[in-house]
Order: sequence, then C-alpha cells, then structure tokens
Amino acid sequence: MHADPSAVAGALTAAGYLPDDRIAQVVFLAERLDKPMLVEGPAGVGKTELAKAVADATGRPMIRLQCYEGLDESKALYEWNYRKQLLRLQADQGRQWDEVSDDIFTEAFLLARPLLDAIRSPDPVVLLIDEVDRIEVETEALLLEVLADFQVTIPELGTIEASSHPLVVLTSNNTRELSEALKRRCLFLHIGYPDVGRERDILLSRVPELPQALAEQVARIVRSIRAMALRKPPSISESIDWARTLLELGIAEVDEDAVGETLHVLLKHQSDIEAVAKDLELS
Amino acid sequence: MLAGFVGELRQAGLPVSMVEAIDAAKALEHIDMGDRNAFKHTLGATLVKHARHYSAFETAFEVYFGLRPRIGEDLASLPLGSGDGEGAGAGGGGEGDAEALAEALFRAVRDEDTALLAAVVLASVERLAGMEPGRPVGGTYYLYRALRRLDLEALTERLFEAMGGIELGQLEQRLLREEIELRLEQFRMELRAEIRRRLVADRGADAVAKTLRRPLVEDIDLMHAGRAELGEIERAVHPLTRKLATRMAQRRKQAKKGRLDMRATIRRSMSAGGALVDPRFRSRRPSRPELVVLSDISGSVATFARFTLQLVYALAHEFTRVRSFAFIDAIDEVTEYFGTGAEFGSALARISSEAEVVWLDGHSDYGNAFDQFTHRYFNALSPRSVVLVTGDARSNYHDPNIGAFGEIATAARSVHWLNPEARRYWDTGDSIMGSYAPLCDGVHEVRNLRQLEAFVESVTLPTVTSRIGA
Repeated sequence: MHADPSAVAGALTAAGYLPDDRIAQVVFLAERLDKPMLVEGPAGVGKTELAKAVADATGRPMIRLQCYEGLDESKALYEWNYRKQLLRLQADQGRQWDEVSDDIFTEAFLLARPLLDAIRSPDPVVLLIDEVDRIEVETEALLLEVLADFQVTIPELGTIEASSHPLVVLTSNNTRELSEALKRRCLFLHIGYPDVGRERDILLSRVPELPQALAEQVARIVRSIRAMALRKPPSISESIDWARTLLELGIAEVDEDAVGETLHVLLKHQSDIEAVAKDLELS
Repeated sequence: MLAGFVGELRQAGLPVSMVEAIDAAKALEHIDMGDRNAFKHTLGATLVKHARHYSAFETAFEVYFGLRPRIGEDLASLPLGSGDGEGAGAGGGGEGDAEALAEALFRAVRDEDTALLAAVVLASVERLAGMEPGRPVGGTYYLYRALRRLDLEALTERLFEAMGGIELGQLEQRLLREEIELRLEQFRMELRAEIRRRLVADRGADAVAKTLRRPLVEDIDLMHAGRAELGEIERAVHPLTRKLATRMAQRRKQAKKGRLDMRATIRRSMSAGGALVDPRFRSRRPSRPELVVLSDISGSVATFARFTLQLVYALAHEFTRVRSFAFIDAIDEVTEYFGTGAEFGSALARISSEAEVVWLDGHSDYGNAFDQFTHRYFNALSPRSVVLVTGDARSNYHDPNIGAFGEIATAARSVHWLNPEARRYWDTGDSIMGSYAPLCDGVHEVRNLRQLEAFVESVTLPTVTSRIGA
C-alpha cells in the first residue's frame, strides 16, 4: 500500500511505466478503496502495460483473463473436470450414488479459471481483465459478483469468498458501451495519447540510446500526425517502433524524406499513409 | 458543496448515480484536500464514466471549484513592464493598452514565461474585456472582446518570425506553427477561466453553471446543430461506426455453430471412455453482410444529410462492401466518391457538384428516387444486403410509389429507415413515413447520437439467430 499518489507514481516509474498525475491518482484510489479500475482508451496507449506495471509496483503476481467473444463461465470462472469425474465413477463402480456424488463435486474435481484463481489465491494478486468490451452484455453479468463482492458462487460447493482482495484492472477499447452496472462498480480512467513532453520521456525510457533532440522531434511529429483525421492514428508503441527505426537507419534529424521513407512504420493503412504524405506535402 | 456539484452534473445530463456520489465522498477521505489536481482527478474517476462527458465535467468543476478570481490586485505590480512603459499608464482601454499587452503576450509566449502569461491574462480581463457585473452571460462575448483587441493572428506571424520559422525546413515550419497555436490556445483557456471565475464571484456558481450548460454531444439535435456542434458530432460518429462494424462481425461469428457433427463428437468421446460429453458442431459458412445506403440529401434535411454522409464515409472505410446512393428527386450512386483515401470534405464537394440527384425541381421525391433505383441499381441488392434509408420521408406530395419500395424490401435481407424528425411529426403535412413503415424491418427516430447509438445496438444484436449449444 502506497502512502500517496506520488509514491504510486514513483513505483510505476520504477516498473518502467511513466504515469501522469491522473493515472497515479486513480491507481492510488483503486488501491485505497479496494475498487476495480476500468481503463479505457484507444488501442496502443499502454492500458495493458499499466496493469503489468501495477503488478510490478505492488509486488503482486498478475492473473490475466483475456476476453473474446463467446467467453463463458467455463473459461472465465470454473469448470468441472468431466473426464476426471468419469474416471472416478468408473473406478469405484458398485458404490452407492450418494457417496459418489458427494465425492465428485469437491474441489479436487474443479478446474479453476482466472477469476476463481484470483479469488482463491492466498496472496493478493493483480487481476487483469483485458479487452472486456469484447464479451457480450450477458456475459458481463458474470463479472459483477467478482468485482463487487470478491466472491464466486458455485452451486455444488457454495460461495467461495476471497481470501485476499485482488486489485482488478479492466481494459476496454470502447468498441461497445459497457453496461451501467459494470461501470458503476469501477473507478474510471480514460487514457488518451500523451502530450509531447510525456511521449518524449516514454520514448527515452524505452529507447535509452535515443538522442534527446530526436525524441523531442519524433514526439512533435507524431502529435501533428495524430491531429489529422485517420483510420488508425499512431499509437505509443508505434511511435516507439518509429524512433527505433530512425535510430537504426542512423537518421539524426528527421526531415521530409526521412518521414516519407519510414511512414509505414507509424501507420498501418495505405489510405492513412497517403493522407499523411499529402498533408505534410512529402514527395 | 459536493451535492450541489453532483446536482449540476445531473442537470448537464451526466448519469451520476447515488452509489457513485457516495463513492466520490468516500474517495475524498483518502486524499489531500489541499491538492486541487488530486481533488479533480478523484471526482473525475468516481463520477464520470464516459470519456466524452469529461469536458462537461471540467466546465462544471471550474465553476464550482475554481480558484478565486484575482480581483483588485495591483496591476502596476505585475511584471508587465515593457521597458519604456508607454501606454500602460492611464487606463480606460485605449489602443496603447492593447498594444502593450500584445507585446507582453508576445514575450510571454516566446519565452514560455508562465508568470508573465498569468499577468497578461489578468490585465487583459481587467482592461480589455470590459466586464459588466450582473449580466446573465456565459462570458463568451467578453472573451471575444479581449481577444479581438489583442489580435492573435498578427501575433502568430510575429512569433513565427521571432522563433526563427523562416529559415526552417517545411516540416519544421509546420511543427513550429502547431507549437505556437498550442501555446496561444493555452492563453485563451486561461483567459476564459479567469473570466468565468469573475462571473462566478459576481453571480454565484449555480447561476453561471446554468448559463454554461450545453447539451451533451449525444443529445444535440442533428437537424439544428451549429457548426461547432457538428464538429463534435463528427468526431463522435467515427467510433460509433467502428462499433457498428465490430457488432456486425460479432453477429456473424456468433451464428457460427451449425448442426451437430456426429463424427467429430464420437471421435472426441474417445478420451472420455466413449461417453458423449463434448458435442461438436459443424461450423457454418459466415455470410458477409453488405450495406446499401440510400440518403436523402435535399435542403430540408441538409444538416442531417451532412451527418449521414459522414456516417457513410466512415462505414465505407470499415466495410469493403458498402454501396451508397444519394437522392433528392433523382438517385445517383456516390460510392466511388468515398473510395479509399478520399477526404470527407472533397467527397462532399464532389457529391454536390457531380452527382446527378436532381431531376425536375430539386425538391425531394422519394417515389421517383426508389423507382429509379429499382431500374438502374437493382443488382446492388441481394438476400445478404442490409438497406439503410436516411431521410425525413417528406416527399412534397408526390406519388410515394410503394410498389418500387416494396421491390427493394423484398430483394434485400432487411430495410431500416432512419428518420431525423421527431416521431410526433411523422405523417403530418407531406410526410409519408406511414406509407413506407410497414415495409421496413425497422423505422427509427434518429434525432441525435444517443438514438443512433441505440439503433446500432438494436440492429446488430442477434435478435433472430438461434444459438445451438454454445
């Protein structure tokens, strides 16, 4: 538990993630209030990175639930191990039903999935529920019990309560509106693209051999490109890739030609590349 | 104070629940109340759950928890000194005053001197804005008045030259201009904030908040949106179309599981000693939805048409199989104008200059447009295509030509009509919505983004597909 937001910021920085005021403040509150944190923002601004850094900074192991369409209880919460149960039944044929049925619905036959894992872990963990907007609205309900009460109800076993409260981080690319019920339970953190100063610092920390001036220039050009109407504006990871490329090519100062030659590192759609080239009047 | 603030957020349209207000209060116990940023971020994280509501939150926050205005400070003590001190003396807002301030602003922006910038903000409000106490205004006029006297455009050019813009390469010139614009924007924001602080001191937070209240972007009426509002709407439309695309793709995948695959099920059962515990299904070949958009672009729905074309433009970038048509009293295909790499502005210009959408008099004639469509573009429709018609169904008393529209509805998988008029005005005057409605799979009132979003959610949810197994 960190004493104040600046301690959180320090710990996150040590873990290789440069937070701004707001991020540090919300992480601090999530820790204090024991509330899940819903992190939203465009792809590639470091939402998942933040969760990893939080795990690092708090010294907790991370359990990750990657969401996708069609994710259900048996993949998120728990599943009974059919095969093991079947073998068990065949192994002691001839016994009375009552004895057996008690036997096969015990924890030994339970396959724990990430949510249950996070709840049952004796040491507190960071639970990352990644891209939560990909699951259907109906499936969202699965998460509510875990997020609000830190417990999981298994009909055959009863309610399993958390032995330690996990620090939950949900990420969303906002491809669909999450339910109000889910949002109500979370602290909300929108991460946008960083300003020039912070982007420069991120570049410098990720690509340490990058000269200061080049980092500054990369950050400014990327900001300029993000202001255009594009299908997919460059993300932070793409601007890092771009900085690496420039370094690799031995370009000390970016000019029109250098941008024109390396634009495909920054932008992933041909139409975007054409639009930017036209706008910047690159030859 | 917190209750008043939460009340104001609700008034502004933000859905703040009781639980969230309590959460905010609890969270405040853990922070240093002297730290204004921490206070703001804490309220933001607990009360605002949509990124696009954040600007409304910020406005309300500034009004309720703004700093105290710096009224009555001795202007002479401010570090405005311009050397010879000409014109800065006798007040009353003479031209010399504005010039001296512009000069100080020039130095503040060039040297990134925040103390000097703050002083310029203060002096500008004091001397140039001409604020009159007691008037129920939001401050936009005062801001305009102060900025006009400072002439920021001329200042931009001076700064550009002073910061060595002339000798720079083309790319660097552009970056420098953006940097200057950003710093001046910072000045504008601070000027606006100081004006608002004074308004609050004059009339109280509640009254000022009420004047500043504006509809959220999702509640702006699409038919009567102003220019600035249209800009906001256009920024919000893009994520919405991505959402539409994702949901359509989702629907395809959800329907993937088909009939039971006996052979695979039996093979699978081997590992469980022959018990059929894990049924397998054949996968179905996904159908590719095709979108056909018919947009009324006549004068009566001009603003809405601009918006629907924006939607079409965004859709054309998400789906490969979109065909779009525009009509007034004749119909023409506009798909190619939105092709890859096309800019929205130029596409719009080409539609108004090149597309042949006028036949007789340039007043909407839905009947004729549908009739022409069935004759010229009928091959655009297939059992897989989803047709979106956008328009107010005001056909100027022409023949609705139900037959032609019926043919379209039969040939397509489904037809959805988006109408920008309030439902209560349908079928009044020359509106013939009622004639077309029975042939549509859905008729939707879309007066604002919120309703469009509801449409997107409803149309793409798997309403009829039966899910086996899952």
